[in-house]
Amino acid sequence: MKHGRISYNGAVHLVSEDSGRVRLADGRLLNEGEFQWLPPVEVGTVFALGLNYADHAKELAFKAPEVPLVFLKGPNTITGHQAMTRRPADATYMHYECELAVVIGKTGKNVAKADAMGIVAGYTVANDYAIRDYLENYYRPNLRVKNRDACTPLGPWLVDAADVPNPMALKLTTRINGKTTQQGTTADMIFDIPTLIEYLSSFMTLNPGDVILTGTPEGLADVKPGDVIETEVENVCCLVNTIVDDQTWFATV
Amino acid sequence: MIKQQVSGTVYGVILNDAASLQKIGSLEEAPYKGAPKAPALYIKPAGTRVACGATVHLPGEAKSVEVAATVGLVLGRAAARLTPENALDAVAGLVLAADLSLPHASYYRPAIREKCFDGSLPLTSVKPLVDIAGLTLSTEIDGKVVDTRTLNDLLRSPAQLLADVSEWMTLNAGDVLLVGVRYQAPQAAAGSAVRLSAEGLGSLQFSIGAQA
Repeated sequence: MKHGRISYNGAVHLVSEDSGRVRLADGRLLNEGEFQWLPPVEVGTVFALGLNYADHAKELAFKAPEVPLVFLKGPNTITGHQAMTRRPADATYMHYECELAVVIGKTGKNVAKADAMGIVAGYTVANDYAIRDYLENYYRPNLRVKNRDACTPLGPWLVDAADVPNPMALKLTTRINGKTTQQGTTADMIFDIPTLIEYLSSFMTLNPGDVILTGTPEGLADVKPGDVIETEVENVCCLVNTIVDDQTWFATV
Repeated sequence: MIKQQVSGTVYGVILNDAASLQKIGSLEEAPYKGAPKAPALYIKPAGTRVACGATVHLPGEAKSVEVAATVGLVLGRAAARLTPENALDAVAGLVLAADLSLPHASYYRPAIREKCFDGSLPLTSVKPLVDIAGLTLSTEIDGKVVDTRTLNDLLRSPAQLLADVSEWMTLNAGDVLLVGVRYQAPQAAAGSAVRLSAEGLGSLQFSIGAQA
């Protein structure tokens, strides 16, 4: 089953997918455009992986890491499906990162690899934008690059883990204005999902609503204001986001 | 409406005081290749927060932990694009905090295991806002004062730090911005009792658990 969160008629609703439409708990069906998408979960701690695909590490001229390169994100950076993301006027290189997002469903501490999939609620898609102009070599990738407001779209659907039997063999695709620019497969992750859960839970408790963004394969490209970016993970969902300039972002409605 | 409770995300900054900059040495060579331009931040996730009196267990084989005494600015309202002139209007109060880290000499990569383990941020309840430049933070381990630090050598004052950080991210009511930690703060061994204090902010006690 696919679960979502939307804002509709002055309230937040937990919804499910029904033949391409959105079904409210009371059975009403809504079409796209009649509501606003919210991230499919109210996120707790959000982890993100750097350099977790060998080809991407190579693309950035880095040796693949020996322990997971993990960084954290605040709730300010998370936004929903069909949202806008700002490209600041001084940015010269801003790129998307299509990622499989793992949503934790049960509390876990010191979870062994063999038990790790048992605490996963399901999967969604993240676009972990980065603005490379702001990279600095302190706790890199630093928050100014990775924790900007609305720079991490998430959604639209949370797909039950039971409906994704093969999370380590899913195609990832990014399209800019319909043209494919990034292709990969979760099979190429350096640290797979069970390994990441075992690692993180070895020092901190994972809780329902925590999200792990598992990294991105090669195929980065610059995005410009007006571009429509689709990041899709096979059998999970396709997340759409539009890049806007400062003028649009700060325009008084 | 001003909210006076730590309920959101805790952010901290490194290399925000003259003593730490001096101690870390030259930043010109690799891996840093230059002093930080923007505030170099980290996140202490929800599971790190514990109250006065807690026992903090270190992960894995760790035998000691750095205890960095600091002060957190507690946001009373949502705040973005603050200016140094108005930034403090968004602050509801202060907390005294012990930012615990497994020792890590390099600031190059995010230190998640080192800084985000469960219980690694003991902190007090929210106290009224005062001018922190006049504060002296004292750290005692097993009854002996191991460190005192004043907050009059910050490179970015609380107001400047809030302005610079909120340029790219919105801080929400209940979020906290720690004003800076000493590079290579004093270490406490497993089994020790720690007490931080600062005039006006009270004290904060906790212990480092013996190995599980």
